[in-house]
Amino acid sequence: MNLEIKDLRVFYGKIEAIKGISVTVNQGEIVTLIGANGAGKTTTLKTISGLRPVASGAIIFNGQDISKLPAHERVELGISQAPEGRGIFPGMTVLENLEIGKYFRKDRKIEMQEDLERVFHLFPRLKERLTQAGGTLSGGEQQMLAIGRALMARPQVLLLDEPSMGLAPMMIANIFNIITAINKELGTTILLVEQNAQQALQRAHRAYVLETGKVVKEAKASDLLNDPDVRAAYLGTGAH
Amino acid sequence: MRTTNSLRNFNVRDKGAAIWSGWNRLQRTSFGIAMILLAGALPFAGNYSFSNFLNTPISNFADVLIYPVGMFVLMSLGLNIVVGKSGMLDLGYVAFFAIGAYTMAICGKWTHLNTWEILPLGIAFAMIAGVLLGIPTLRLRGDYLAIVTMGFGEIVRITALNTQKIGGPNGMANVPNPPSIHTPLGVLDFNIMTPNSFYWFVLVLILLTIWMIRRLSVRRPGRAWEAIRQDEDAAELMGVPTLKYKIWSFTLGAGVGGAAGVVYASKTLYISPDAFTFNISVLILSCVVFGGIGNIWGVVLGGVFLAYLPERIRFISNARQLVFGLTLVIIMNFRPDGILPRKKREKLSSPAIETGAK
Repeated sequence: MNLEIKDLRVFYGKIEAIKGISVTVNQGEIVTLIGANGAGKTTTLKTISGLRPVASGAIIFNGQDISKLPAHERVELGISQAPEGRGIFPGMTVLENLEIGKYFRKDRKIEMQEDLERVFHLFPRLKERLTQAGGTLSGGEQQMLAIGRALMARPQVLLLDEPSMGLAPMMIANIFNIITAINKELGTTILLVEQNAQQALQRAHRAYVLETGKVVKEAKASDLLNDPDVRAAYLGTGAH
Repeated sequence: MRTTNSLRNFNVRDKGAAIWSGWNRLQRTSFGIAMILLAGALPFAGNYSFSNFLNTPISNFADVLIYPVGMFVLMSLGLNIVVGKSGMLDLGYVAFFAIGAYTMAICGKWTHLNTWEILPLGIAFAMIAGVLLGIPTLRLRGDYLAIVTMGFGEIVRITALNTQKIGGPNGMANVPNPPSIHTPLGVLDFNIMTPNSFYWFVLVLILLTIWMIRRLSVRRPGRAWEAIRQDEDAAELMGVPTLKYKIWSFTLGAGVGGAAGVVYASKTLYISPDAFTFNISVLILSCVVFGGIGNIWGVVLGGVFLAYLPERIRFISNARQLVFGLTLVIIMNFRPDGILPRKKREKLSSPAIETGAK
């Protein structure tokens, strides 16, 4: 058991954005949350990583309730997030962005080099762009940097918030291939939030469907791909 | 149009940085020492015919170098840690200046401590005030933080205004001067006749502050501030304890303001709440923005310019505020990022180079 969210409630002012969600992510899995705009996907991720306060419920990580910890301490425990809209530092070089990714660990040079090599192995493009400012990268490269930066902390669980947002179809396929590789090669557990339900369901092991702050369906990803309701609502292919 | 553009794009900072990076250690050290000596000799500049255009009407040039020039530069450097390095808008910076000054006045008059002993106290009190204000308010961002700090600045001034024990609106007179320092080169006196000693005192504080900022900038705190300034949420997600580093930045800035206050009180001998108005906070912020937010040398230049200019043009009496304002507007139009802007890597288009070889 790795990450368990129990009956989570989150508010924006008086508006209840998350109305009691329970999600379980097991060691080594790719789990995806799909749903329409405003379903609460991003809020759920932000609450797990600590950017939004929990109103009630628990976030259990390796047996410990982390729902009251500040975000930077959750990173130390092994939860890293590549935020929505990438959130890279535009004025820092690619290398500086990556270095910030493991800010809490005061490692020596050798370990830094190992971490960098691991990221470059997944994203050779970043190595070519090392001295370039983050803000001058293309959208796809920025997404690579955001994921690579999150990996620098050697996370047990990687939270990805809409990695396909605003990218060309070729680049989307590329990013999803890398996400699968991270899961297979590094053994990193991944919780993926996506609007691109087709890609997400093809890559994930299990999936949760969110609607207006509630989980309405939970199943194996491959089953949901063939579920008539899901196909009609999220895959745009209609029931048949 | 072309001249405007070349003026906008010409970056003295980058030119300077290019020359600097081409130098070896010896060249850098000798340049640094030469600059410090030159700065140290500044108060004499008003006495010589070839440089006496620097003289200011009414007040003595050496006095102007201490207040407002030296004080403004010191405070701008302090505020730059908060506004320039970590990107928090502080509109109540004068509060820390006031706390330093009142610490000097109260301790100097009521205890046997001298200025050198009170200086660390003044810094400490300003820093404590910084922490106390920072812990609840630094969770706020942008405009909200600006409003709260502005309120804090006024609270400190109004508290001083209404506390009869520390003089209320009349302020405190007869603040003691610092005692003399015995150096191998002779005795350095501090009184109304020796503005040069005060100037050197301020200069030492400025150099210490610059040294501190430069040290911190290249280390972990500097990287954390940079990350916070560019994207606070992302910084937190990378494991940077943002609140802790914001409080640190705020507190260090406050400490520098406190030091400036101590010097100010022991130089002018008389302080009153009138000297700590919102105006000062805005002027210091202008120095930072005008000079080049985030860049030490820009901020120093901004402080010198905005403090010196109003004094220099004092002979046109009432029109001087108008000229001052116009100068600000015109220069900010030509150089919206300040006279010496910080390194702008957002706009760099450095292609992928030499990284493959490493």
